[in-house]
Amino acid sequence: MTAIRATNLSKRYGGTVAVADLSFDVEPGQVTGFLGPNGAGKSTTMRMILGLDHPSGGSVLVDGRPYGELRHPLRKVGALLDAKAVHGGRSARNHLLAIAQTNGIPASRVEEVLEAVGLAKVARRRVGGFSLGMAQRLGIAAALLGDPEILLFDEPVNGLDPDGILWIRTFMRKLAAEGRTVFVSSHLMSEMAQTADHLVVIGKGALIADTSMSEFIGRSSQSYVRVRSPRLAEVADLIKVGDLHADHLRVTGVTPLEIGTITARAGLPLEELTLVQPSLEAAYMELTKDSLEYSS
Amino acid sequence: MIDVFRAEWTKIRSVRSTVWTLAVTAVLMLGFSALVSAVAQNMANGPVPGSQVIASSLTGVMLASISMATLGVLVISSEYRTGGIRTSLMAVPQRMRLLTGKIVVFAAVSLVVCLVASVGAVGVALAISQPPSVDMGEVARASLGSGLYLTACGLFGLGLGTLIRHTPGAIVSAISLIMVLPTVATQLPGQWGRTVAEYFTTNAGLLVVSGDSHGSLGPWSGFAVYLAWVAVAMIAGAVLMRRRDA
Repeated sequence: MTAIRATNLSKRYGGTVAVADLSFDVEPGQVTGFLGPNGAGKSTTMRMILGLDHPSGGSVLVDGRPYGELRHPLRKVGALLDAKAVHGGRSARNHLLAIAQTNGIPASRVEEVLEAVGLAKVARRRVGGFSLGMAQRLGIAAALLGDPEILLFDEPVNGLDPDGILWIRTFMRKLAAEGRTVFVSSHLMSEMAQTADHLVVIGKGALIADTSMSEFIGRSSQSYVRVRSPRLAEVADLIKVGDLHADHLRVTGVTPLEIGTITARAGLPLEELTLVQPSLEAAYMELTKDSLEYSS
Repeated sequence: MIDVFRAEWTKIRSVRSTVWTLAVTAVLMLGFSALVSAVAQNMANGPVPGSQVIASSLTGVMLASISMATLGVLVISSEYRTGGIRTSLMAVPQRMRLLTGKIVVFAAVSLVVCLVASVGAVGVALAISQPPSVDMGEVARASLGSGLYLTACGLFGLGLGTLIRHTPGAIVSAISLIMVLPTVATQLPGQWGRTVAEYFTTNAGLLVVSGDSHGSLGPWSGFAVYLAWVAVAMIAGAVLMRRRDA
């Protein structure tokens, strides 16, 4: 069953359109990246999925029902929207305990999730003193309380150090591998490239792409090998298929190993031999550029 | 629903602002009682009559009502300030269930603390003044009335907090409606003005503390009028809470 289904979802604030006629599905067992520049409507969409904001039009269903109709929603859906949105005066344990009690989740589960995110030692400390990384872990602990099949993360790596980013990335991959639905928003293309299997891309509140990661990258320009050498003209003559630029040679359809072998035989020194893959970033820029052209 | 009550109890007992506002309420009630009784005792030529001792023992209600209203405001406005309201609504998406949980748990905590503080205040005054005779029925009514009145003030704050969602704005509104505007209302001219003043929030509500009657209102009918004011704030807050984005 489709975990999250948005149908013609719209949100207007006065005259401003935040989300426009957005339709997409999120499937279980994979990480779905929700990509778009800042202000594209990602957070608004997340809040509508969770029943916090009322759509101006259309609908969004979680496991076939509106979020507000779920009896014990945390056992079905776990979400991290804003890690710092907690009462700073409460201890981590009490914060989680209050959330657990609303959904009839036993107190022993609080200890389990604290252990799972590595906060067991600071469970009694007031969360106001937590670093952003710790707050992020606390938010993830809250999302995991009900052992939900569906998880939503809004910009989870924002402001985190490399350790924290790696931890969250690994965690999300693990959750998806367990068969859960993971829906994660980000404006960082590079981050999505390393985490997501599927992409929902929006810009200015409207859908730009709903596609697998490989297909998305494949839409942009092809990969090539960049060759630089102090004797570049001779290298170009030797390889023949290259496209000569001012300070480098761009070769398509030949592997770096083949180029290296040929130039080594000829005794030509190389400064650089790089396989350039089209990045998600480049693919994204191309796509959003197109969508802007259509809209203007 | 019991799940929501348990969660709200965990929330209210696990922040310092609860402990502080309740402690301030108790200290104000007992402190004012001791102070006023001691002064009255010194100034009187003979023993102070029992009914007068009971009445003056609850002077602290005036200020304690503000600390209870503040706690009522904080019960919900602190969640809007921190953004924790979103976590609460993700866990309990039926917004009226969440609000009901807050109302019931706050009212229960407030009733217990305010009744104990009121009984304590009357007891302190009686111990200091040692009046020749005491009507125990009057002691019970005054203590009960004071506890109920303070709880109603707290619920007024909770309603205004739900309506305004902003801590300073809601506290200022609560102080205006509980302390400032009732006094201003008494300056209104004519019969119409007198009626407005009589029915205005705490002018009516305080009758249950003093046990007096004023115009057409007695202690309990006055308290009912005050509860109607509280209900209006609460219902307005509830309607907006349902309708607004969190």
